Amino acid sequence: MFRRIDAAVLQATDRKVRVTVDGTALECREGDSVAAALFAAGVLACRDTAVSGAARGPYCMMGICYDCLVRIDGRPNQQACMARVHDGMTVERQHGAREVAA
Amino acid sequence: MSLDIDIDIATCDLLVVGAGPAGLAAATEAAALGLSTVLIDEQPAPGGQIYRAISSTPVQNRAILGEDYWHGQSLLEPFANSGARHLSAATVWSINAREPQPGTAGDGQPAGFEVAYSVARPGQDPQAALLHCRHLILATGAQERPFPIPGWTLPGVITAGAAQILLKTSGVVPEGRTVLAGGGPLLYLLAYQYLNAGVKLEAILETTDSGQWRKALPHVWGFLRSPYLAKGLKLLRAVRKAVPIVSGVTALEAIASAGGQVAALRFQAAGQRHSMAIDQLLLHQGVVPNTNLSRAIGAEHVWNERQDCWEPQVDAWGATSMPHVSIAGDGAGIAGAVAAEHRGRIAAVHAAAALGRIDIATRDGKAAPHHAALARATRGREFFEVLYRPLPQFRRPVGDTIVCRCEEATAEQVRHAARIGCQGPNQLKAFLRCGMGPCQGRLCGLTVTELIADEQQRHPRDVGYYRLRFPTKPVTLGEIASLPQTQASRDAVVRFKK
Repeated sequence: MFRRIDAAVLQATDRKVRVTVDGTALECREGDSVAAALFAAGVLACRDTAVSGAARGPYCMMGICYDCLVRIDGRPNQQACMARVHDGMTVERQHGAREVAA
Repeated sequence: MSLDIDIDIATCDLLVVGAGPAGLAAATEAAALGLSTVLIDEQPAPGGQIYRAISSTPVQNRAILGEDYWHGQSLLEPFANSGARHLSAATVWSINAREPQPGTAGDGQPAGFEVAYSVARPGQDPQAALLHCRHLILATGAQERPFPIPGWTLPGVITAGAAQILLKTSGVVPEGRTVLAGGGPLLYLLAYQYLNAGVKLEAILETTDSGQWRKALPHVWGFLRSPYLAKGLKLLRAVRKAVPIVSGVTALEAIASAGGQVAALRFQAAGQRHSMAIDQLLLHQGVVPNTNLSRAIGAEHVWNERQDCWEPQVDAWGATSMPHVSIAGDGAGIAGAVAAEHRGRIAAVHAAAALGRIDIATRDGKAAPHHAALARATRGREFFEVLYRPLPQFRRPVGDTIVCRCEEATAEQVRHAARIGCQGPNQLKAFLRCGMGPCQGRLCGLTVTELIADEQQRHPRDVGYYRLRFPTKPVTLGEIASLPQTQASRDAVVRFKK
């Protein structure tokens, strides 16, 4: 599990950004990456791989490993560590490969 | 064919890729020398990974991240006032040499580069754009060396660098049973920063060979005169006092819970099997140059024997084998953040000379203090490199350990392919799709080179590396379609006009 240190908790309460993660509302700090917000909320796994369906979560936090791919506002294959949270954002766990939009 | 350029493409003398210490220093210096300069970087604010979130971190108690981190602030204002343009949240994915245009001014001169990049804006699809420059400085820095142990793909196993980014950017720290494993300066720095932040660590598992001390001793003289010595010893003492340290760890494995997350560790130390229940594991075994752009652009790379990694072949100015492509900072070979700043400035004065803005004497004069400072900053690094050299078993895994995280290819699959005659990393793509996932070899490339070398008893230098091509980061067709088009390029594909 991960938590925010006190100064970051204060900022998260001051400059609140609300997102939903798989339908659950989550309050985070302005400037958080989606991945940091997930860690702070106790979410370690954010997708299931396209090859075996194994659970994965953020690993490198700097945009190189592509293990933190999630659906953001309906767009699949977004890097949670590179995307910033914004008010009203919806984040969904990504199951397997992305699908071609209908 | 007509050359109707009816599209808006920004142009500059110099494009610097990456806003860490090397990139910030290079862009600032180049702008001061009168070059029109653009600094492009993936993050929303400058700093790179070492000074990540330097202008926005919620960790305002300076004692937690330490003065070496806060030094990064000194780069921001000179850059902001330099006149260089900053393109933030922008990812470069293609760089191509432009064809010289006959009849134009500069005929016969290198025509520079066309660079494609994408900008991510919150809530929107990324937009691609083009930029033309005459000289390039790649300052794409380092990445952590792959650490392929059983279970390194489990949720809850992250790199020490990732954990440090969580701390810097969001003040997010681990809670519960946390273990750091591996070796290298960053592992102990993170432990120290956690101590300062009041984070409890269960243990540090050192995977470097305790016999390395003897091998490192011949390099100790440089280290004794190094700027790291006093700082490093103070830090190590504090960490050793507060955190149980297990030395000589081998056969490290992360074990999953029923829910598929990391729940336990197994390892050997001093001839004994050990296991412990954990909530998260932070792995680190050093950093290596991030070479995806320098490789895709076609620069020569060499194998670094002491660091077991590839690095671009550069001269004392950071110049690569490609005309008008320079590399500064850890991307040109690991030397650290202070060195990166000086290497950035050296590359910038070289760029000004290469573009004919200053003469060679001026270049040499301006660079002299930075060459001297660079020598001081890198003194003693050999000692670290030998001391923290990762053990072969942590670079050359066996069995079911995943090597390619994207395509889930295992060490035994790679070794088997090598045994039955796979010629090298590029043919391995056809065997196993290794290196063909979205990370484009960043997390498996070094391991694949070493495994093939191991099985075929060849030198990694002879085994080689993946042939990397643009786009160096995944882009959507939508992004490519959003590029500005010339009338000629439209006419080339549009058959029916309404």
